[in-house]
Amino acid sequence: MRARAATAVLLVVAASAPLWVWNPYHLHTLIMAGIFAVLALSLNLLLGYTGQLSLGHAAFFGIGAYASALLSVKLEWSPWLGMLAAVVLPGLAGWGIGRLALKLRGAYFVLLTISFAGVVSLVSVNWMDLTNGPLGIPGVPALAVALPGLPELSFRGKGAFYYLVLAAVIAAYVLCRRLVASRVGRALVALRENEALAESVGIDGTHYLVLAAMLSAMMAGAAGGLYAHYTRFVSPEVFLFTYTVTMVIMVVAGGKGTLAGPVLGAVLFTVLPEALRALASWQWQMLLYGVLLIAALFFMPRGIVPALAARFPRAPVSS
Amino acid sequence: MDQLLQHLLNGLLLGSTYSLLGIGLTLVFGLMNVVNFAHGEFYTLGAYGAFAALVAASLNFFLAIPVAILAGALIGAACERLLLRPLRAASIDTTMLVMIGLWITLQNAELLAWGGVAKSVPTPFPTEPVAWGPVSVSRLRIFVFVMSALLILGAHLVLTRTRLGRAMRATFQDRETAALMGVSIERIHTVTFALGAGLAAAAGALLGPVFLLYPSMGDLAAQKAFCVVILGGLGNFVGAAVGGLLLGIAEELGAGYVSSGYRDAVGFVIIVLMLLVRPSGLFARAERVG
Amino acid sequence: MSDPGLPTPSGLPTPSGLPTPSGLPTPSGLEVRDLAMRFGGVAALAGVSFTVSPGGVTSLIGPNGAGKTTAFNVITGFQAPTAGQVAYAGRTITRWRPCHIAGLGLVRTFQKTSVFPGLTVLDNVLTGLHLRGGVGVGAALIRRRQVAAEEGRLREAARAVLDFVGLAARRDEIASDLSYGEQRLVELAVGLAAKPRMLLLDEPASGMTPAEKATTAALVRRICDSGVTVLLVEHDMRMVMGISDRVLVLNHGRLIADGAPAEVRRDPEVIRAYLGTAHAAA
Repeated sequence: MRARAATAVLLVVAASAPLWVWNPYHLHTLIMAGIFAVLALSLNLLLGYTGQLSLGHAAFFGIGAYASALLSVKLEWSPWLGMLAAVVLPGLAGWGIGRLALKLRGAYFVLLTISFAGVVSLVSVNWMDLTNGPLGIPGVPALAVALPGLPELSFRGKGAFYYLVLAAVIAAYVLCRRLVASRVGRALVALRENEALAESVGIDGTHYLVLAAMLSAMMAGAAGGLYAHYTRFVSPEVFLFTYTVTMVIMVVAGGKGTLAGPVLGAVLFTVLPEALRALASWQWQMLLYGVLLIAALFFMPRGIVPALAARFPRAPVSS
Repeated sequence: MDQLLQHLLNGLLLGSTYSLLGIGLTLVFGLMNVVNFAHGEFYTLGAYGAFAALVAASLNFFLAIPVAILAGALIGAACERLLLRPLRAASIDTTMLVMIGLWITLQNAELLAWGGVAKSVPTPFPTEPVAWGPVSVSRLRIFVFVMSALLILGAHLVLTRTRLGRAMRATFQDRETAALMGVSIERIHTVTFALGAGLAAAAGALLGPVFLLYPSMGDLAAQKAFCVVILGGLGNFVGAAVGGLLLGIAEELGAGYVSSGYRDAVGFVIIVLMLLVRPSGLFARAERVG
Repeated sequence: MSDPGLPTPSGLPTPSGLPTPSGLPTPSGLEVRDLAMRFGGVAALAGVSFTVSPGGVTSLIGPNGAGKTTAFNVITGFQAPTAGQVAYAGRTITRWRPCHIAGLGLVRTFQKTSVFPGLTVLDNVLTGLHLRGGVGVGAALIRRRQVAAEEGRLREAARAVLDFVGLAARRDEIASDLSYGEQRLVELAVGLAAKPRMLLLDEPASGMTPAEKATTAALVRRICDSGVTVLLVEHDMRMVMGISDRVLVLNHGRLIADGAPAEVRRDPEVIRAYLGTAHAAA
């Protein structure tokens, strides 16, 4: 009951934000927090549930951003179709990684994802004909909805886009929640807990890893598409390792294997740097991130949300 | 034909440093089962360390390098004591993430300490290359190759001919028995990690003058190190030595005949291919299934 | 789950298209033929053949290193044999993946305690019930009623399994918090949840107190009585002789005896294998 009430309050606060957040820069921060929340949830699906770490998630994010940007700028497709591509193309890449990985687990899987991201990043910089290289792709159109009889509703403004991102975060959360609470979710967790045992009772490890990689990539790609239509400019900077690092910290510090954890982590680690910005430069921030990650692993290895849950235990309910 | 020979020679010279990098990582990854994502940062520390010794302390070039190696090894030892020892019982995932945290911390510390502008390291070698028939090579690169070869040989001798080396090999084959025989497991772990860090720092100190110094130079070095480890097989010293040369040559040929922009992609592609086809390395013996 | 198919007298192909090795009718039995497993120069299995027909408890015994766990690994797909064939329920399953073999009804447990450590006991068993569910990604996302119905059904089944093994009281505890003996029960419950027709138990009583062993032995017989064929590897002779209908003896990768417990116990070659010398039985 308490959880339901808390969630309702949270939703009301979140939904009303554009009304009381006057500073447009703060609203921008919230929008970025939302985009990162979707990214963190996507990484969590792989890391928190199947237990495999992908350090190449920025690649899925970037492929999504570029796919949508290129289709809507160069081919002048509707930005919504671009968004669809932003989900489908990274999904294919995720499926590919999952299928390539086969029996690769642990560090080998991490290396595969790093290498994949490295190649994609290099292509984005060097294949000038396709991606414009370091110059990037400017002028990505904003998303807009044109219903018959009504004036076009454009998501160009921060207020409007905020609601789009909020809807995306809620959708991502619900998606993950439904997946996790089903037989599929149990199969994913079984991979993490004891893959040999899982196989012995009929759980196809490869199938579920590919599934997790694909869904995870699709979500990250969606975040990329949103990013492209928000900032309306895409460059190889989307492949920066900084984004991957930030995602990892959000998930690990927030609480991998939970659903609230990544969202909390995303908000925390988007808002915190802005708050710190007045105090210290960006390099100190990243330095602090590294220290925080190590500290979190030492003192709160399961993350903030599980630590809080342990402090305020509810009656044990099987998931 | 001359071009080919030149590429092969360049590849060999460069590859020797990759071997250094790879050997350091394969010892830590293969023997300690620690995925050291911070390996590249010790490379960077070695490079900046030599730079600092040269420029700030005005040390002789040939002294600056051992100083940098020592500094790298000591910092490595400290990291092992402070970060890895308390986590000895933790899962490999936690250790992996801690190393990633160390990676981020070190790289940004370097960025803060030295700034983001690339620096070049002054060397005492004349810049004109030496001509050997159809090929030419700079004196600096010859020096780098000779030093790498000596360090690799030295490391191999330590591992195979000294008591310390024997203790290391024993510890990683059978920890309990080694402990029963009086080997200090804790010390061996620290020494192994320090050795790995020292070799990476050596690669950095040697390659720093060849290229430019910038805080994220370790990222590429780490990627190449992992590539070499996968080529040679986890924990395989000779495999890493040969793997490093192979990578160097492959890169040079790729850059020369395909495209220089995609030079670094060669390492990534090799990693992906190896992981798909033969993750145990080129030199693994017949697999023991299960 | 797939149906076992028709019996295959002398060489007619099974529905899967592949003949069973001996051509003998084994509609729902396990057949192992000339199984060999070499590691480098060592032969863990050197040509082992036997059949296990449905029903009863069969034990696989032998001195350490005789190849028992290797046999289990090969039969259930965790290792690929160097030579030989395995067939179950009329299908040749050599080199099949373990998850597909489980789909046919052949489930194994492991020698070392094997549970899902971070999950509750109930969740452990729910995971074991995987094959009894059918919800996939699509249904999980949009068919809430179907998911709820399945979850309810699976929970009931889980409770039944837990009652059967006697762990109902520990339902909500984290598996890794349980005592060793209880964890082995969890492992058994997980295996049973997968609705096996044949259960391969790898040393289910190892490391247990005599009281726990008695409970386990009784549980194994109850499993058999409920219609599951049991093949078990065990070192505890009393337990083996007490609950087995049939005993197979391996030594140095070869089958040296196959029969009722009483005859096997008296077999001189078996005695020699265990004692290392040709002493007559007491």
